[in-house]
Amino acid sequence: METSIWRALLYLVGIMAFAGVNAAWLGWCERKGAARIQRRTGPMEAGYQGLLQPLCDGAKLLSKQLLVPQGVDGILFRVAPVLAMIPAITSMVVIPFSENVGARNMELSVLLLFALASIGMIAILLGGWASGNKYAIISGARSVSQNLAYEIPMLVTVITVVMISGSMNLRDIALDQQGGFWHWNIFRLENGHFVTMWISFLIFFICSVAETNRAPFDMAEAESELVAGFMTEYGSMGFGLFMMGEYLNIVVGACLTATLFLGGWDGPFGMTSGIWWFLIKIYILIFTFIWIRWTFPRVQIYRLLNLSWKILIPFSMANLLITAALIKVF
Amino acid sequence: MTVPVAPRHDETFVLNVGPQHPATHGVLRVKMTMDGEYIVKAEPVLGYIHRMHEKLAEAGSYAQFMPNTARMDYLHALAFNHGWALAVEKAAGIEVPERAEYIRVITVELNRIASHLLWWAAFLLDLGGFTPLLYAFDDREQIIDLLERITGSRLTYCYMRFGGVYNDIDDEFITGTRAFIKRLRSRWQRMYHDLVTGNIILIKRIKDIGFISQEQCRRYGATGPVARGSGINYDVRKNEAYSVYSEFDFDIPVYNECDSMARYMVRMDEVEQSLRIIEQALDKLPEGPVMAKVPKVLKPEAGYYYSAVETARGALGHRLVCTGDKNPYKLKLRSPTFCNLSLFGEVAEGMLLADALAFMGSLDLVIPEIDR
Amino acid sequence: MALQETTLKALQELIPEVASTAPEEGLTDAPGIRATDPAKHGHHIEVLVPQDQVVATAEVMDKEGYFLESISGVDWPDQQQLEVVYDYNRLGGEHCRVMVRTRIPRDTPELATITGVFPSADWHERETYDFYGVLFQDHPNLIRILLPEDADFFPLRKDYMP
Repeated sequence: METSIWRALLYLVGIMAFAGVNAAWLGWCERKGAARIQRRTGPMEAGYQGLLQPLCDGAKLLSKQLLVPQGVDGILFRVAPVLAMIPAITSMVVIPFSENVGARNMELSVLLLFALASIGMIAILLGGWASGNKYAIISGARSVSQNLAYEIPMLVTVITVVMISGSMNLRDIALDQQGGFWHWNIFRLENGHFVTMWISFLIFFICSVAETNRAPFDMAEAESELVAGFMTEYGSMGFGLFMMGEYLNIVVGACLTATLFLGGWDGPFGMTSGIWWFLIKIYILIFTFIWIRWTFPRVQIYRLLNLSWKILIPFSMANLLITAALIKVF
Repeated sequence: MTVPVAPRHDETFVLNVGPQHPATHGVLRVKMTMDGEYIVKAEPVLGYIHRMHEKLAEAGSYAQFMPNTARMDYLHALAFNHGWALAVEKAAGIEVPERAEYIRVITVELNRIASHLLWWAAFLLDLGGFTPLLYAFDDREQIIDLLERITGSRLTYCYMRFGGVYNDIDDEFITGTRAFIKRLRSRWQRMYHDLVTGNIILIKRIKDIGFISQEQCRRYGATGPVARGSGINYDVRKNEAYSVYSEFDFDIPVYNECDSMARYMVRMDEVEQSLRIIEQALDKLPEGPVMAKVPKVLKPEAGYYYSAVETARGALGHRLVCTGDKNPYKLKLRSPTFCNLSLFGEVAEGMLLADALAFMGSLDLVIPEIDR
Repeated sequence: MALQETTLKALQELIPEVASTAPEEGLTDAPGIRATDPAKHGHHIEVLVPQDQVVATAEVMDKEGYFLESISGVDWPDQQQLEVVYDYNRLGGEHCRVMVRTRIPRDTPELATITGVFPSADWHERETYDFYGVLFQDHPNLIRILLPEDADFFPLRKDYMP
């Protein structure tokens, strides 16, 4: 792999652009999706079908005063929103968009992604703590307990994929699934290893909804309980960065799901595989996130934790043991 | 629900829920002493939208108070109109023409459905489900349009008069109401029950949460769906039948579970019963005048009068003291949510914040009606 | 009307000294017990008790299975008296509303609390204190409820003009 400076610059610009466009227009998608589900039209004024709405929102957020209330921890208060964005963008570096499109092919990319995901949680905790607002602190505490609870089953589930593929490199995992949808980890039947894979997928998907703090698991910003949670004291672009970070986390979560379970860039019927298949898959997954959010009410915090500790963790552990046994047997 | 960890009370903090908070739907403030996410003590603080309607009643004539009634419970304003009209009619001995009574029942019940739909929407919003709000508003809008046609206003009605109603209903209203009944019935099971009531997250959130015993209801004077969700068969429309309610065949939904789910189901069933009442009233609607001959200035004879109506939230009472003057000497409004809310502190103790707010939603609070 | 009679009897036993004197129609301040026409007045029984009998009356009503519907005040400046009106009603079953009134002097408006009998009286009594300045003795938390904490007036007294 060539290592010229142009390649790095190209990917830097490309990833920033991809992240920026997604962070901005996923908000639009969310509003349109919500509107569709709720039988209304959503944004219609700015541009065709309100397509320019994200630009207007961005201009508005940027032009607002960056208000730092009295009694907050000034440094942490300013750092937290940035910290919410950075890991999400950095994660994109190791995501293989297609066989040849990917900034960095890294042996331990799965591990890196999970390490970065944990930093995102720290951003919420810092933001909540630095705000010095009771709602924000409760929200920070909630998000830590929630993320801890859901990281365990998520990681344990990923181990099953890693065991089967024999690699922690996302690109290798995707390469392993080429050649039509019957080769994708979730549907694979060629070998006895894969019979419990759909359970892994389900657990992983539930966990990624929880990890990205999306409804119905949006404990941290449960507006009817905690007003806006950790974002209560944030306005202007501080709030904007948190929102963008949230959407980017969804994108990263969808990319990871697509790569680990849905064959990455592989076409479903052995068709020309390429980056478009990857994009189609992640946007279907993202739509599912939106669909879930606007369909279900929010669960209660202790039920959420119980779901992880009492159901998902035992199931994922059992799933791991069964997969290991199956690998041994077949 | 089982409490995972026994709460320790040595490190508590005070959380002010409100007066500006998304879950209080108005300017209610609840001072909560919290231990982590557990509530050690919850104390509602009232009065943020207090307007002293009772003094305003004494300052004007009987008729002048009618617009004020709608400003209290703005969601079931017609029931408050009706309550005040009934109170003064009882004191002054005014007979109301039958057609007017039927029209009153039709409009009050339509308004009750609108109120329950809005409660349903707001309750789901409290639980984090945003989409049902739009579905309920869609149906509520139909009612508001119908009522606007005949009352002239959309929210704060001043439709009732002593001795009748302000405006007769026409054929367009009748056909529109029948069409609405058909529409809501066709949507009821599919969009309300299938989509929301059967949702597992909703059931887990409100089942066995917010237990109110029958004895608690009696000691705190809880009425309306709160009492009926605790197995108390009490509805002013049946127990103290006023207007022409005794002429209709309808049931009072009562659930014995005493939890938030029971209160939810009571309100959902009440919408269906209200549809039944409206249908029967439209069928039986007699011809005739809609206003009785009433003297310009009312001077009810001296004495104490009480009249009660059933609003969407419970029993509304008017304690009226007359001295034979043209102004009421004293009016006490017994608002249903004032009493329903008073048991919040006792029940919310030891609950999780999220559960307590779901429980508060199930009480169906309208703050201007509490604060009057 | 069975309920009305049993309640009437229970109340007459409580205050036998005035049980025989039925107060006349309309506004009166003579103690007594009277069955009224619910169609006209909305209540079935009207009771005017001496102020020291308020708690005992509440206990009787509690025993008979009533609930406290409301407490309100009435100002009678001509007689230099404040009146506190308690409304009791039944939750379900046979309907019977009892109005219990009591008169207290306007310059020393002190009255025993019935919060020990009905917890719902807590807020109703606070409201009556708020509007009329009736001081409920031994009330656990007699502070302003609807008016601001620092209000220094009692707005429903007839001589209060904003």
